[in-house]
Amino acid sequence: MTQLALVIDLNVCVGCHACVTSCKEWNTSGEAGAMSDFRPYDADPTGTFFNRVQTFEVGEFPNTETVHFPKSCLHCEEPPCVPVCPTGASYKRKEDGIVLVDYDKCIGCKYCSWACPYGAREIDEKQKVMKKCTLCVDRIYDKTLPERDRKPACVMACPTSARLFGDIHDPESEVSKAIREQGGYALMPEWGTHPANHYLPRRKTQLRIHEDELVRADNPLKIDGKLPKPAKQEPSLDDVTSW
Amino acid sequence: MHPAFSVIFLTTLLGVGQGLFLALYTGQLYAFFDLLPAQGNRSFYAAGSAIALIFLAAGLVASFFHLGHPERAWRSAAKWRTSWLSREVIVLPAFMGVVFLYGVAHWFGWHVPLLSLPGGRPVDATLILGAIGTLLCFALFVCTGMIYACLRFLQEWHTPLTVVNYILLGGASGFVLATAFAAAVAQEIAGFYAGWAAILTALAFAGRVASLLRNARLKPKSSLSTAIGIKHPRIAQKAQGAMGGSFNTREFFHGRTAFFLRQVKWLFLALVFPLPLMLIAAGAMAGSPALLLAAFGVQYLGLIAERWFFFAQANHPQNLYYQAVS
Repeated sequence: MTQLALVIDLNVCVGCHACVTSCKEWNTSGEAGAMSDFRPYDADPTGTFFNRVQTFEVGEFPNTETVHFPKSCLHCEEPPCVPVCPTGASYKRKEDGIVLVDYDKCIGCKYCSWACPYGAREIDEKQKVMKKCTLCVDRIYDKTLPERDRKPACVMACPTSARLFGDIHDPESEVSKAIREQGGYALMPEWGTHPANHYLPRRKTQLRIHEDELVRADNPLKIDGKLPKPAKQEPSLDDVTSW
Repeated sequence: MHPAFSVIFLTTLLGVGQGLFLALYTGQLYAFFDLLPAQGNRSFYAAGSAIALIFLAAGLVASFFHLGHPERAWRSAAKWRTSWLSREVIVLPAFMGVVFLYGVAHWFGWHVPLLSLPGGRPVDATLILGAIGTLLCFALFVCTGMIYACLRFLQEWHTPLTVVNYILLGGASGFVLATAFAAAVAQEIAGFYAGWAAILTALAFAGRVASLLRNARLKPKSSLSTAIGIKHPRIAQKAQGAMGGSFNTREFFHGRTAFFLRQVKWLFLALVFPLPLMLIAAGAMAGSPALLLAAFGVQYLGLIAERWFFFAQANHPQNLYYQAVS
């Protein structure tokens, strides 16, 4: 079985919102119709987005760290939003695990958004149907695109390659390896939703240097030439003869 | 959660209609076993059913205002295997149909015995229809309650008390209305209904207070730490990705202060329970339909506040992602 998903590296994300704009651009121009905006250039603008980048501050001044956190539908393996849908408009595809909404069946009752603990679903207040990330399902299978472009728009846009895309059920895929080897984790594991999207944690690059690595016990190259010349019998620390 | 008036009216109006039907059928059962004077007046049950139907229909109409695409509402019967909302959509019209038939059977006096109990009591169509209606009525209560109780991460709702309270509050309001109705058209059984209305109101009080106490002790399972997966006790949101708000900031927040919420709680605790009890007692003693109708009116107003509070109190874990604008 296939489960397509995104793996987002929080260590790399710089919070530029390129994935947000790229997502909006691709999905608002698609067959499913525009993702409505209201007062986009006015005070109090609002609109429908599949993807948002949020920013959190971890810790207390001066020991703080800024974490940029892209958030979209996690395409849960046990999606709580799907069984509650009364019409079957909300469904999870068997072939690739993408959770989708059939906009022609959705009655706009918003019950699925109540059933999503992540707030991943947003109603389109013009079309009056529930919308959410489709993993660019209209793009990743498009044979008219060159193969390297058959990825979600957000993945294509990310300038730091913080977003990986692939099948997390294939142990040899790039995303599975990233989850396995770089400590990938799921959000809110306490609800048993088994999100397919994973996040890679912030990692600090640390170099451990011991005292004796900084202070040499000997001067092996004798560059200074001012050291007292030891006797022939005496060994030197670097095991070369001292004469 | 943001309390939507469409859903508030849907659930409270359905509760009244269901409770009133249960009251009518309880009265008929008591009369059947000779515990109450029989209602020779055929219009009592027929008119009562009509009133119950009006409330049910009003609730149904209210529900359509909640939908983005009401014209597609018929589709919502599809997923009854998994969705409590879908089950409600099926049970509600079925129940309304049976209530209609129940009223019709009484109006046209379909009293031909269809079968008889071991004691030799004849059972007619109205009794059978009433029994089916009662089953559907409780099924509808369970569906309505489970729509909320099944959402496991809305911890305030995820309890059997949610279903119990929908049954008790709906039952209480229906019996209070039945008391007023009986006082107007069948004085001799008004006392019977007044007694049950008082008992159900008291039980509903116990149930609602139990859920309030439970919710006051709840510990949220999710935190910002689990929400973004960073193990640190101090995490503060600095930006939510949008400056002007979004669906997520409108649908899941009640937008009122904690003080306002407390006021609503005390308001509904007064309006739903003690005030109607006093009015029922006064009305039943004075035999005054006006006082009893006032009891119903006060309780129904209180139920609107109760339902508003029910929604506003539920704290959705997605709110963790929407704490600060920028």
